[in-house]
Amino acid sequence: MKQKIIMKLLTGMAGLGIALGAATAHATPESDRQEFIKYYTSKYPNIKVEDYVFGALAFDADSKSQYDAIMEFPPFDSQIEAGRKMWETPFKNGKKYSDCLPSGGKQIAGNYPMFDEAKGKVVTLHDVINDCRVANGEEAFKVGDMKTMGTLTAYMRTLSDGMIMNIKVEGPKAMAAYEDGKKTFFTRKGQLNFACASCHVQNAGTRLRSEIISPAVGHAGHWPVFRGGDNLVTLQQRYQGCFTQVRAVSPPQGGITMNNLEYFHSALSNGMPMKASVFRK
Amino acid sequence: MRKLHHIAAACAISAIMLSGTVLAQATATPAAAAAPQKEETGKDIAFNNRKGNCLACHGMPTVPDAQSTGLYGPPLIAMSARFPNKAQLRARIWDATAFNPSSTMIPFGKHGVLTEAEIDKVTDFVYGL
Ligand code: HEC
Ligand code: HEC
Repeated sequence: MKQKIIMKLLTGMAGLGIALGAATAHATPESDRQEFIKYYTSKYPNIKVEDYVFGALAFDADSKSQYDAIMEFPPFDSQIEAGRKMWETPFKNGKKYSDCLPSGGKQIAGNYPMFDEAKGKVVTLHDVINDCRVANGEEAFKVGDMKTMGTLTAYMRTLSDGMIMNIKVEGPKAMAAYEDGKKTFFTRKGQLNFACASCHVQNAGTRLRSEIISPAVGHAGHWPVFRGGDNLVTLQQRYQGCFTQVRAVSPPQGGITMNNLEYFHSALSNGMPMKASVFRK
Repeated sequence: MRKLHHIAAACAISAIMLSGTVLAQATATPAAAAAPQKEETGKDIAFNNRKGNCLACHGMPTVPDAQSTGLYGPPLIAMSARFPNKAQLRARIWDATAFNPSSTMIPFGKHGVLTEAEIDKVTDFVYGL
């Protein structure tokens, strides 16, 4: 039954996602999440859902043990340290990030992206950090800048390690933003004609050349990643990479399309524990 | 739909014109690397990750140097038996979504990822597998 709904979504992508609305009229984020999980677990009954947070590593014991070894002595420690310095250095007015973020910035990352009713749009953790900077007379960082925002969040997100992802989608406007993100996820794009779902749903767990493709559930909690050990990549930077790979023009990082995609995509990981920052191939 | 017929017709013609080289190519494949060729072969295009990149998704069990391929699509083997009609094979490479709307194979012809001539060559190569 549920399988059928996802297949309908996937087929719908071919028709420019027209079937989307019809197939999912009564879907809630939690029922979407459950359907994704049913889809994956019926294909891969032996892989534990809680291991999905390891992405492709969950499907390959050798890579997972390589990951475990690397995480014992992470080659990216110095970058996390640099992020900590940024975090602890006061603004010119003497205030710190911890003075203006909720709960001093601890155990909050799993609440983002969040729908901000006052602003009428989705805000990411990056947006909140920038609001904090601007409120204290500093310039906003460019959200896609790995040297500033990336490095800062590589440390800042460690303060939420172990937090359970808890994305709330409440009210019609929040739901509309969620649906917009879902549409982006299921719509084919680019010269190569892929949707995110073509790979991360339909072909999750299969090999594309030498890469095993990860499931979308569990995707959003372990960011940023250090690819190859030292190349810092934030979640939206990764989205941008996947857009470019399919030869599509990537929407700008921090824009509404990306933020709504992150909103939908993060809700798929609700209930799963967070960790920053991690190694990826 | 009309487009498809058009393609099928077009490629039936090229199939006839190319059939000589196809056979030669299919049988000569193992030695092909030895000959210093300028022009790209169907195999070159299929293997090139900026062009067909077929190996990212398909194994080719009968081609020894098709190594560490993906498993995203079915292995390409016994193609002439499975596609008695070469035009149909070409049409499938041209736009797999016309046959299977939820196909995740790249529509190489429809989206201009490969040129018509390149698709002809790849079809010939794949038909020999
Ligand atoms: C053609 C296939 C393909 C498409 C289409 C695709 N991806 Fe990916 N994606 C990959 C591969 C391969 C990787 C690297 C292996 C892995 O971790 O899954 C990856 C990695 C990722 C990761 C990192 C996972 C991790 O744990 O490090 C995220 C997040 C992601 N993709 C999201 C997306 C989104 C969002 C889209 C759509 C905009 C998308 N992908 C489209 C193939 C694809
Ligand atoms: C990104 C992945 C991908 C790439 C690249 C790719 N394919 Fe495919 N291919 C698939 C998938 C998935 C299927 C099965 C779904 C379908 O029927 O379309 C398929 C099916 C096929 C079929 C039908 C096989 C059958 O037995 O019915 C042929 C023929 C084929 N591909 C040829 C090619 C050729 C030739 C190339 C390179 C020019 C290529 N493919 C590149 C993913 C891919």
